[in-house]
Amino acid sequence: MAAIRAGLVALVLGLLVLPLGPGPGGVAQAGPQPDEILDDPALEARARALSKDLRCLVCRNESIDDSNAELARDMRLLVRERLLDGDSDDEVLDFIVARYGEFVLLRPRTSGTNIILWTSAPAMFLIALGGALFYLRRRSNMADEVTRLSPEEEERLRKLLRD
Amino acid sequence: MFIELGHFALILAFMIAIAQALIPLVGAHKGWRSWMAVAQPMASAQFFLVTFSFAALTWAFVTSDFSVDLVVNNSHTDKPMIYKISGVWGNHEGSMLLWVLILTLFGASAAWFGSNLPDSLRARVLAVQSSITVAFMAFTLFTSNPFLRLGLPPFNGTDLNPLLQDPGLALHPPFLYLGYVGLSMAFSFAVAALIEGRVDAAWGRWVRPWTLAAWVFLTIGIALGSWWAYYELGWGGFWFWDPVENASLMPWLFAAALLHSAIVVEKREALKSWTILLAILAFGFSLIGTFIVRSGLLTSVHAFAMDPERGIFILMILGVFMGGALTLFALRAPAMEARGVFATVSRESALVMNNVLLAVSSFVVFVGTMWPLVAEMLFDRVLSVGPPFFNMAFSPFFVGLAAILPIGAMLPWKRGDLRRTMQPLWPILLLSMAMGALVWAMQTGRSALGPVGVLLGLWVVLGAGADLWSRTGRGALAGRLGRLRRVPRADWGKATAHAGLGITVFAVAGLIAWESEDIRVAQIGETFSHDGYEITLADVRNVEGPNYHSTMGFMEVHRNGRHVATLTPEKRIYPAAGMPTTEAGIDYGLFRDVYLVLGDPQAGGGWAVRTYIKPFANWLWAGSAIMALGGLLSLSDRRYRVAAGAARRRREGAATVAAQ
Repeated sequence: MAAIRAGLVALVLGLLVLPLGPGPGGVAQAGPQPDEILDDPALEARARALSKDLRCLVCRNESIDDSNAELARDMRLLVRERLLDGDSDDEVLDFIVARYGEFVLLRPRTSGTNIILWTSAPAMFLIALGGALFYLRRRSNMADEVTRLSPEEEERLRKLLRD
Repeated sequence: MFIELGHFALILAFMIAIAQALIPLVGAHKGWRSWMAVAQPMASAQFFLVTFSFAALTWAFVTSDFSVDLVVNNSHTDKPMIYKISGVWGNHEGSMLLWVLILTLFGASAAWFGSNLPDSLRARVLAVQSSITVAFMAFTLFTSNPFLRLGLPPFNGTDLNPLLQDPGLALHPPFLYLGYVGLSMAFSFAVAALIEGRVDAAWGRWVRPWTLAAWVFLTIGIALGSWWAYYELGWGGFWFWDPVENASLMPWLFAAALLHSAIVVEKREALKSWTILLAILAFGFSLIGTFIVRSGLLTSVHAFAMDPERGIFILMILGVFMGGALTLFALRAPAMEARGVFATVSRESALVMNNVLLAVSSFVVFVGTMWPLVAEMLFDRVLSVGPPFFNMAFSPFFVGLAAILPIGAMLPWKRGDLRRTMQPLWPILLLSMAMGALVWAMQTGRSALGPVGVLLGLWVVLGAGADLWSRTGRGALAGRLGRLRRVPRADWGKATAHAGLGITVFAVAGLIAWESEDIRVAQIGETFSHDGYEITLADVRNVEGPNYHSTMGFMEVHRNGRHVATLTPEKRIYPAAGMPTTEAGIDYGLFRDVYLVLGDPQAGGGWAVRTYIKPFANWLWAGSAIMALGGLLSLSDRRYRVAAGAARRRREGAATVAAQ
């Protein structure tokens, strides 16, 4: 793991880097080569879906489905090999994680402290919504106060109208 | 010689910036007019000096002056002129100089067009703006100096990264910086208002054009970058949820929220302290973006400088400005009393919901981007957060936004009646749902993404049309059509920008849901069919470019026997940088792009060839362009024109003098 990380850092340091352009630094055309494609379209579809969730370790933020790096090709072949052996999707992922570490997963797991990550969006939304509703409630109460006349004012109004 | 003059001009501008950050502030505090008045000439002087400095650096690139370190590392004599020029900002040091140039440009613009501002507010705005300039000039001069010379100039340069040698990417950074830095104006206005202790409708009116301009530039910049990724990276992806992309998306979302909440301040004098906070956060996220890109803290696809010293410097800038502004906010904001009251069902409430959705979605992006760092530092877990997370966590906010947009846009201010507002919208909603259902029925067995995109896109676009139409009043059709032309530009801008968003939402959904792909080995002369197209690999030849070697495929595309296009996908090698790139062959179309990529030659003969049909790809860029156009229309509304405000202010000024 440490070696992989060190290699990654070295690679990142070594590459001439782009300014704020989006898009991975992978340059050549990407993704699975014709000879990798499985004959069974259902298995191939699963392989592609899995590949999209796996990170190419020597690239910068590319999935192995988008990368043309050698390592990405190896990983794509590995995924297909496991699928041909009859692994389920989860078993394939477990196998790859056991080899390359959790870093390889682009879809972070929902286990352990990652619960904070996964619940952050709904939690923040509910908090913001609560705050907004509280604020709106107060505002509209104020609106009622302003628009409705107090009893004394109504009394005066009645008097004025009688005159 | 020129380079040294440029260097000197930057140092001089730095000195002026320091003075401008202090003197007007003291002047405004003490009420000394002369001290306040120095801000304007100083802001102009800064701008002209930095312009000269930037011109000097550009000159070095244009003339290929290889005694300058930066030119050696980012240029080459064979490079076409446009890329020699874009090479100036295609690197860390030069882009920082561009950043500073834009900062001073905005500062000078505030000085030139700010004659309608009260003197003390203008002095404070210019001082705060200048303090930001001081920080970035110091960063440039002390850690990233572009003017350094080499003792022994080499014979030629090492060339600019070939990926950057592209018209889309040549223009992408300047637009993005105009957006990032434009938000510094909103920040300066917010801090100046906090110091001043007053936020009113006029403040909302002043801050809005700057935010709008920044948002328009960011929209264009992000769209250009996305388009570049689409045609350059070789598989037609347009958004990767990369930290660097997220760095531009977060300020965009905040700017969009700020735009809308500033309207509430301007029209209704409510949401004041929230708007101030948004202005601070919007620029804060610009700075965080800069930090992410330039510190190399997050292993992004393409961060600039992996230099810890620079990262710490930017972190310090971030800490000082955010810490200072937020402290000031905590001290002063409670005193800002909101005036306008409104009911729960009202335009104001809809805009609050808009702000909730935009701000939270931006924070979601922030959490996702920073999570790998947090997890590693706190929990010792090395992990990645990639597109699957962002797609799942972020998209619902935009679905929600699109769902409430047409209703919110048409609700009246203060107190609305949902039933009455919905009256003209019901047919639109039903039509959108019907179309969504129709698409759902036509594309049996595929994901719901496409139909939902159709529904939301139509709902938002037609809703924007209904909004505009409702502005023409009542009566005969001819009369309403005639009045359509007299509807204020701001309303046209609003409807246009909203329609642009609808088109973008639809295009993203359609492109992802309906694209198709074919990967195969094709022999020369072979014809294959994919998705209704017959494609022939006619030939593969070697072609020489100005500074690259190309392997170019010649491919014919037919549909039902009719010739559609001849495309030339390429693989290029740039020898100076020793880097390969892919140029896709793309036939742009109204409803679909045919996207061809030439791969490697195969051992058994033939070439790997990829064919993609990308439906509605152009709608994505068009939608973004329409959004930006809407912003520009709104910006050109006469409310914001300087003369009108200046005249009003002159009258007010006369009145005050008379009162004294």
